[in-house]
Amino acid sequence: MTNPIDALAAQRVRDDIPDFRAGDTLRVHVKVVEGNRSRIQLFQGVCIRVHGSGVGRTFTVRKVSFGVGVERTFPLHTPIIDKIEVVTRGDVRRAKLYYLRNLRGKAAKIKEKRDAPVSR
Amino acid sequence: MSQLRNVRGLLGTKLGMTQVWDENNRVVPVTVIEAGSNVVTQVRSADTDGYTAVQLGFGEVKATKVTKPMAGHFERAGVTPRRHVVEIRTADAAEYSLGQSVGADVFSAGEKVDVTGTSKGKGFAGVMKRHGFSGVSASHGSHRNHRKPGSIGGASTPGRVFAGQKMPGRMGNETVTIQNVTVHAVDADKGLILVRGAIPGPRGTLVLVRSAAKAKGDDR
Repeated sequence: MTNPIDALAAQRVRDDIPDFRAGDTLRVHVKVVEGNRSRIQLFQGVCIRVHGSGVGRTFTVRKVSFGVGVERTFPLHTPIIDKIEVVTRGDVRRAKLYYLRNLRGKAAKIKEKRDAPVSR
Repeated sequence: MSQLRNVRGLLGTKLGMTQVWDENNRVVPVTVIEAGSNVVTQVRSADTDGYTAVQLGFGEVKATKVTKPMAGHFERAGVTPRRHVVEIRTADAAEYSLGQSVGADVFSAGEKVDVTGTSKGKGFAGVMKRHGFSGVSASHGSHRNHRKPGSIGGASTPGRVFAGQKMPGRMGNETVTIQNVTVHAVDADKGLILVRGAIPGPRGTLVLVRSAAKAKGDDR
């Protein structure tokens, strides 16, 4: 069972990406090319969306910078990402956290997930 | 066709779409075409046929399913029977030999090609979908005629509907050529061609890839 499309996509899928979901706080190390030199830029914020599957999977990180909300959507497997660090795991009940856009300050804070999951 | 150009062509199967990254790390949407195992089944020359072309065969078919005339045709070329046969008119047909196999490596990355396929059938479609009509207002007293064409012509003069009036009908399932598609990459070992963007038809359909007819300058 070798579908050439899947095989082609699998070549591009990175295996060094940590597991995370919406609500987690991420620190994304982005490679920035300026002229002929490249450096690493950090983008830290809350992951508000993980969208799609396979090689086309994307995620959106939201941060509030100088009072202005900034959202950046990355393809999960893009080569411009040096690495992704999961800073905190968030305790949320939605897969898409668009409601954060309407909240400010303390209300926009996400509870941190307790390590031991409560038995259901 | 006063000046016949050197055209390279291949039959292939549309496998589907995916995405890759280019050298600037930008996402490129690509369609993957599997175009291995093309063979030359006939070479037409000006002396015998009045024009120059090369005939290619592609695709597996059971030998028992092939008609006697076609079986003889393939036998003459010294190849096993193929499901699809297509002729490509080209000036350099004499350079091909019977039974020669043609692979995906006739095309190279960055080249412009034309891709011909059969578009997806849409069935019996109305004028809004088929011809892009605007339809009728959603409100302001419109009643049960939101997607209708409106007037289709005059009254007793001319007393008929003009030929060619756009009406509802069967849409899709027709031969469509997309011109000047960029070849993103070629994998000769696997017989894969990656072209940028979409091409006609559903997955698994037969497509014909040819050198672009209208390519400019260096792309030719």
